[in-house]
Amino acid sequence: MKPLKYFIIICLILFPVSGFAEDDGYSYPIPGSYEATILGTPAVLMGELPAPTRMKELLLDVIPERNKPPVFFYNKGLRCSFAYQSTKAPLVFLIAGAGSSGQSSKITTMMKAFYQAGFHVITFPSPSNANFIISASQSRVPGDLVEDAEDIYRAMESAWNEVKGDIEVSDFNLCGYSLGGTQAAFVAKLDEERKSFNFRKVLMINPSVSLYNSVSRIEELLKKIPGGAKKEGAFFNKMLAKFANHYRYGNYIAINDDFIYSIYEESLFSKEETGGLIALAYRINLAGMIFASDVMTGGGYVVPKNRVIKATDSLFDYFLVSSHLSFFDYFNQYFYPYFAKKRPGLTKEALIASESLRSIGDYLSSSSKIGVMTNENDFILTPDELAYLKGLFGERAKVYPRGGHLGNLEFKDNLAHMVGFFGTTGGIP
Amino acid sequence: MICYRTGRMPLAVCFLMLLLLSGGCAVTTTNLAPEIPPMHTIEEFKDQRFAEVYDPWEKFNRSMYGFNFYFDKYVFIPVVNGYEEVTPVFVQNRVSSFYNNLREIRNLSNSLFQLKGEESLTTLGRFVTNSTVGIGGLFDPATSFGLDRHDQDFGKTLGYWGSDSGPYLVLPFFGPSSVRDTGGLAVDTAITYGIYTAAAPFAATGHSFEISTGINTLEAVDMRHKQSFRYFESGYPFEYYMVRFFYHQKRELESTKPVIPSE
Repeated sequence: MKPLKYFIIICLILFPVSGFAEDDGYSYPIPGSYEATILGTPAVLMGELPAPTRMKELLLDVIPERNKPPVFFYNKGLRCSFAYQSTKAPLVFLIAGAGSSGQSSKITTMMKAFYQAGFHVITFPSPSNANFIISASQSRVPGDLVEDAEDIYRAMESAWNEVKGDIEVSDFNLCGYSLGGTQAAFVAKLDEERKSFNFRKVLMINPSVSLYNSVSRIEELLKKIPGGAKKEGAFFNKMLAKFANHYRYGNYIAINDDFIYSIYEESLFSKEETGGLIALAYRINLAGMIFASDVMTGGGYVVPKNRVIKATDSLFDYFLVSSHLSFFDYFNQYFYPYFAKKRPGLTKEALIASESLRSIGDYLSSSSKIGVMTNENDFILTPDELAYLKGLFGERAKVYPRGGHLGNLEFKDNLAHMVGFFGTTGGIP
Repeated sequence: MICYRTGRMPLAVCFLMLLLLSGGCAVTTTNLAPEIPPMHTIEEFKDQRFAEVYDPWEKFNRSMYGFNFYFDKYVFIPVVNGYEEVTPVFVQNRVSSFYNNLREIRNLSNSLFQLKGEESLTTLGRFVTNSTVGIGGLFDPATSFGLDRHDQDFGKTLGYWGSDSGPYLVLPFFGPSSVRDTGGLAVDTAITYGIYTAAAPFAATGHSFEISTGINTLEAVDMRHKQSFRYFESGYPFEYYMVRFFYHQKRELESTKPVIPSE
């Protein structure tokens, strides 16, 4: 998601690199978890990644009977990117992280890396991205791993139908990052029954083990800001003022990399503020999911029931209200009631337990095709969950010493490992 | 209409159709059922508003944002894609450098308007270097000589001398702007046009108009080619506000006078 990415870059957080990272044969440079998450990978450390020469955008009509409300007039179908080889090659499906589109910068980098190694690639937005909720979610209530996996699977079948006449495929593979990583495991399990693709290999990158735990850890970061999460607007304005003053007092010629790096170097933001900004970006993201879902279900959660929002109506109040709702609000007031109605007798504890890799642990440990790639300091995992992943996957787990949450995803070593996991090279890019 | 076209259709069928049609109307009226307030409303909001920008013409702006989306989709992006397909990357980069160099004239005039002596000299140095050593601006050796580019325009000049940005404005084709920046764009265009008319570089060819139209079109294509932003691509329902906020904030910061620390 470009604006959010921009937001994160602009809100850069940063405190100085406290000594160089120890020499452990891994040269990703940013030691701190939060800073790595926000700064990501500098372009020079990504390696040469030219844009695919054969590429097009797919707009999939996954649920043809769906009515699209006027406020989403621009939504013409599920937006996927498709890069293809001229010869027979393996195909990899990519699932984006929470809230991200199929054209976000991270998934685009992954697409380029796979394409360069000779794969056909199709990218999918996250089921928590509004484009997916509007175009491809049967329930229009995102967040359930089993249902989201079914929606993704249907979207993949639809994409494959669209392109199968144009390309030759040797086998199918699957890869996802963050929430998309966790979802990839559930999609792989579904594929064992449906067998449309018979995935050869599946890789999860920085997945969460339990969605509820991961999100709780992010929400925790926002509780630490002055006045707590309900004062995130005041926090935003204060951070913005700090950012603006830093620019005005310095002799900068533009808001560019030099300026951003100076924020990092001069540790403009404290550790708590850095964490708060990550959580705030996540809340702004979550607001989009809540609003889109509510409009699509007519649930009366943040939009009045029976109101038809027009294309040019202001949405700003909805933005303010939605961005002040926590994941727990969404879970308790919207998500759980929906599933409790559908599955009588369902307790909150049971629902939380089902939104976890542990619920399919037996399958994951027995299936040799699935692997995981994550970082020691990914803050969405507890030490216990990290140990669980290592124990579950053994040799199929690759754990880097640093990188935070997805910060090193675009680093050249990580991209090489990611592509290498899928082994064979296919056609000529 | 229906009865006429179906010719001998029995009256009863027509009647039935009418009923069905009015049934359709009934469905529409249910949409007009009274609104029920949602669980969470702005009334419960006790925080500072944030990421807000003065935007009294939001309805118009949103329409323009939508217009630009369609214009991109059906005209601009297909043209840019065609351009990228037929032109080698090396040539694309030379085209970009060429226009970047021409734009130094705008940078220079506005650095002068802001009485920024050193910056004006740097920009002049860049223009001279790149126009000569850089073969008419096709290359940018000036940057490697340590002459940094300073992007300037008349909107920034107005901001520098204290003019407020005024309401946010989304322009057709150009995208996010403000009343001040729109005025600035007009002035910059007029200055460029004035210089061009005075210099009349293609007067001798007898096809001055065609050539300058071609140059302007290529410039627009080059500008869009360098900009990776696509309207509504994020899928984010509040994208309009994110774009508005970042545009406004970036302009505010880059156009205001730096604060001189009192020592």
